[in-house]
Amino acid sequence: MISMRNDDERPSPEAMLKLAQAEEEAQGKHGKLKVFLGYAPGVGKTYAMLEAAWWKKLDGRDVVAGYVESHGRFETDSLLAGFEILPKAQITYQGVTLAEMDLDAVLARRPQIALVDELAHTNAPGCRHKKRWQDVFELLDAGIDVYTTLNVQHLESLNDVIHQITGIVVRETLPDSVLDRADEIELIDLPPDELLKRLKEGKVYTAEMAARARENFFRTGNLLALRELVLRRAAERVDAQMEEYRREHGVKEVWPAAERILVCIGANPRSIRLIRAAKLMAAGLRADWIAVTIEAPVKVRPSESDLKQLTEHMRLAESLGAETVTLAGHNVAEAILSYARSRNVTKIIIGKPTHPRWKDRLFGSVLDEVVRGSGEIDVYVITGDSEKAPPRPAVAAPRRGWQPRDWAWSLGGFGTATAVAFLMFPWFTLVDLAMIYLLGVVATASRVGKGPSLLATLLSVAAFDFLFVPPRFTFAVTDVRYLFTFTVMFFVAFVISRLTVKVREQAEAARLRERRTAALYGLSRTLVQERGVERLSAIAVKHIGELFGSQLVILVPGPEDNLTVPVTGPGTFALDPREMAVAKWVFDHRQRAGMGTDTLPGAKALYLPLAASSRTMGVMGILPPPAAGPFDYEQIQILESFASQTAMAIERAFLAEEAQQALLKAETETLRNTLLSSVSHDLRTPLAAITGAATTLLHAEGALDQPGRLELVQTICEEAEHLNRIIRNVLDMTRLESGAITVKKEWQSLEEIVGVVLNRLSEKLQNHPLTTGLPEDLPLLPFDPLLIEQVLTNLLENAVRYTPTGTPLELAASVREEEVLVELSDRGPGIPPGEEERIFDKFVRGIGAGGGVGLGLTICRAIVAAHGGRIWAENRAGGGTVFRFTLPLGGRPPMLEPEEA
Amino acid sequence: MAQSDALILLIEDEPQMRRFLRVTLQSCGYRLVEAATGEEGLAQAATRSPDVILLDLGLPDLDGLEVTRRLREWSEVPIIVLSAREQERDKVGALDAGADDYLTKPFGAGELLARIRVALRHRILQQSGQVEPLFTLDDLRVDLARRQVFLGEREVHLTPIEYRLLAVLIRNAGKVVTHSQLLKEVWGPPHMNQTQYLRVYMGQLRHKLEADPTRPRFFLNEPGVGYRLRIDLP
Repeated sequence: MISMRNDDERPSPEAMLKLAQAEEEAQGKHGKLKVFLGYAPGVGKTYAMLEAAWWKKLDGRDVVAGYVESHGRFETDSLLAGFEILPKAQITYQGVTLAEMDLDAVLARRPQIALVDELAHTNAPGCRHKKRWQDVFELLDAGIDVYTTLNVQHLESLNDVIHQITGIVVRETLPDSVLDRADEIELIDLPPDELLKRLKEGKVYTAEMAARARENFFRTGNLLALRELVLRRAAERVDAQMEEYRREHGVKEVWPAAERILVCIGANPRSIRLIRAAKLMAAGLRADWIAVTIEAPVKVRPSESDLKQLTEHMRLAESLGAETVTLAGHNVAEAILSYARSRNVTKIIIGKPTHPRWKDRLFGSVLDEVVRGSGEIDVYVITGDSEKAPPRPAVAAPRRGWQPRDWAWSLGGFGTATAVAFLMFPWFTLVDLAMIYLLGVVATASRVGKGPSLLATLLSVAAFDFLFVPPRFTFAVTDVRYLFTFTVMFFVAFVISRLTVKVREQAEAARLRERRTAALYGLSRTLVQERGVERLSAIAVKHIGELFGSQLVILVPGPEDNLTVPVTGPGTFALDPREMAVAKWVFDHRQRAGMGTDTLPGAKALYLPLAASSRTMGVMGILPPPAAGPFDYEQIQILESFASQTAMAIERAFLAEEAQQALLKAETETLRNTLLSSVSHDLRTPLAAITGAATTLLHAEGALDQPGRLELVQTICEEAEHLNRIIRNVLDMTRLESGAITVKKEWQSLEEIVGVVLNRLSEKLQNHPLTTGLPEDLPLLPFDPLLIEQVLTNLLENAVRYTPTGTPLELAASVREEEVLVELSDRGPGIPPGEEERIFDKFVRGIGAGGGVGLGLTICRAIVAAHGGRIWAENRAGGGTVFRFTLPLGGRPPMLEPEEA
Repeated sequence: MAQSDALILLIEDEPQMRRFLRVTLQSCGYRLVEAATGEEGLAQAATRSPDVILLDLGLPDLDGLEVTRRLREWSEVPIIVLSAREQERDKVGALDAGADDYLTKPFGAGELLARIRVALRHRILQQSGQVEPLFTLDDLRVDLARRQVFLGEREVHLTPIEYRLLAVLIRNAGKVVTHSQLLKEVWGPPHMNQTQYLRVYMGQLRHKLEADPTRPRFFLNEPGVGYRLRIDLP
């Protein structure tokens, strides 16, 4: 319990700052902030936060719940029960007792991690801070890590947008900078359908609250929009991190040009003029320029010819060097302006309106809104000279093409309404019959397009007049007032049908967008989790291929300036040299080409560059299914955004690899230095012996007897051999470490390699009786013969060197489930306990060894690991050591053709 | 031409190596011509017509593969390649291009002299056009005319492929035969990459003819290169 504080008692900001600084100095660190971000209540943020905290708790971290609201949800409650829950502060305000987080209690408790729900919460008056995020910051400054939850609609910058979309004013807002300070953001996502289901099941709110919430906030449209917002927000953050990474790693950045021009174009032929004007201006200013088209909900289904026209315009703009963008927006002007701001556009070019003024009065003028809202951006309004503009193509195709079924529906709706009205006529008034017709029109409009709806409307009014209005069965009307009825009836039917059609089309468009967004997000999320170009390519092939029903191939630059395909197999297609040339062109020019484009349209597939920020990472080839035609402009645009996601992921993998290589290089450098210092001594010892023996032979020839001479010569031979071995090991080690040795696996016979080694070492093995136990039916194994020979040689040489003369050695192999186990046992002194692992480390030598460098076993381990096996050593019962290593069986060797008897 | 007064052409750029080889070879009675570059070596080979060529793979002007190819355009003279350990691939390349044998540096004089002896023996057989109908090595006896194989007194039954393999090795006895040469001769050119065939059949040969297959006395494996049938047991 804390009591109400007076303002006087509240510490001054300066004092608090000092306090915070002092504490910071004492602590030497800030706490880390992790935000679980969701798009609506009930997506599972609190649950996810508690779950994450559980893991931390299991890791031994000190976690307490500072303030967690379970909303009576069972799952959440059961998780929360596992934590130490700090008592809440009860604050009385105007007779109401409110529970708030007890900040001082948390600070005094000083946990490692504090859980604080609802970051955007506004504290009750009387608390130290007005907002909960300020409490959280205090905790962070005190060195306490904080896990918290947040819904995206509380972000200040999104406030207006959310008001626009949902019609709800969010009162509890949070400065965006708070979220920017988060060290980690975890996105908690749940498809809207599932959220609604949970809401119905009472998992989010209590029953009556749920009903109210469903009406106000939890409408599918709202949820979709919010979800898109949160996904975008998260994606932006990932982008920002990427940028930061690039900066940190010294990747060069292209700074944006000082001027950037945006031109708004559409299907109207006058757009060409706008494009040209923009190009001229851009050239004059040496500026980048962007051609933008708006996919407004009103025009969800532009006609085929419009689409084609638009595609042409976009291509024209692109060919003139513009970046082309399609924006989706409820409000055209706002979409243009917000995009322009986000891209730092300095000038907007827009066409002069050509429609009559009354339309602007009625529906508002886009131009006007853009000009008013442009702020610091210059707006250029360019004439669309309608006289000189080329006429629109005469083939004003029906909007959805000729759809006989729609017209049939419209006639059917009208017919049914007439039949019902006819039956009702004797008992009902004329007004009721008019209602029946209206119903028929609405029912029709909910299924068909505008044309058929209009037909149904006209027919309904006509039939009403002809069949029911006296005098019946003529179009004549006795009472003039009926004319008014007809007019109203027509307008009502017309407006309702229009609205119904529009709503349906909007829903369709929203569904389409949602699917795309989800697919794009799905792809990027999967890509983030993976590493390595092969895996990334495979994922892109699978995701994009499935979404577009196409075959896909990813090409990345290989050695010698060629493009290689990291992933082949199902879902991909093979490229002949011609197609490969198209792909190469795309890679070199960083522009799309192939089927459906202006460049090399004869290719059988479409090729898009995988353009990342720093360079082109590769090429994506998409082969549409045989029956389908080339991709249209819209599809290409979507594919391009998929390609850019893929490119970013590959770039990330690439950068990570580069960093890895830099690290490897550094390690190699260290190794080289250690080698030099360690080896120089080892090399000198045999060299000294050789030099000594040789000079004696040279100068003291007369004084030496035959056995003496022989002994000196033998010394030279042995020491030279020793020197050779050291050099071989050092070289092998350096090459293994630097990755210069590639494992060339072939199907090999272990018996054969054992034979080679035993033959080669036969002289050294003279004093060690060796028994071999290789099963006769040992299968062929995939390994590099030279490398495994090296392993066996090193192990045997070690055994000879470290075990007393005359002690026996055993070399055996056995087949286990997935591998072959090779064992070399000796009866030597064994390994000192606890050293079994260490003997495989670099520069570790055995006691009393006759001068190795201590690399033999390290090389063995590296080679065996490169084959996917393990190597280890154990002391044997009864004395001695056994060295064991495994080699994977690697499936079955290719079958031999049976030999004729 | 006797073994001892044979003329050896040494193509080697390192003076120390030339000095060591000169002393060793001349002490054994061989005559020696030296060349420090590939071009010089090719010229000497044409003018002096040596009986054996020792060819270093690390020449400054031409690579050993190139020298081998150009020699093989007109000459059948045995070529023994001297290679460092890092030149694994060049070595196999030179062998496949027609070189007869190889030695990896550092090598002992005994090994070198043995290789030269084998090369000279093949040279003589080649020039005389003779085929020895009977091959004997310790208790292994192969009657090439009758296609019979004996181990001591016991006849060993071989499958056709085993026999063909053995015959190719006998024809090149003492020399290394590369994997691709063996595959080409036994299975035919389409199977040049299927070295697993070789592993299996060489294993069968070892099990049928060697006393201890893990310590073969007759069939030596040269990992990464090929196989060699011994002609004299140590």
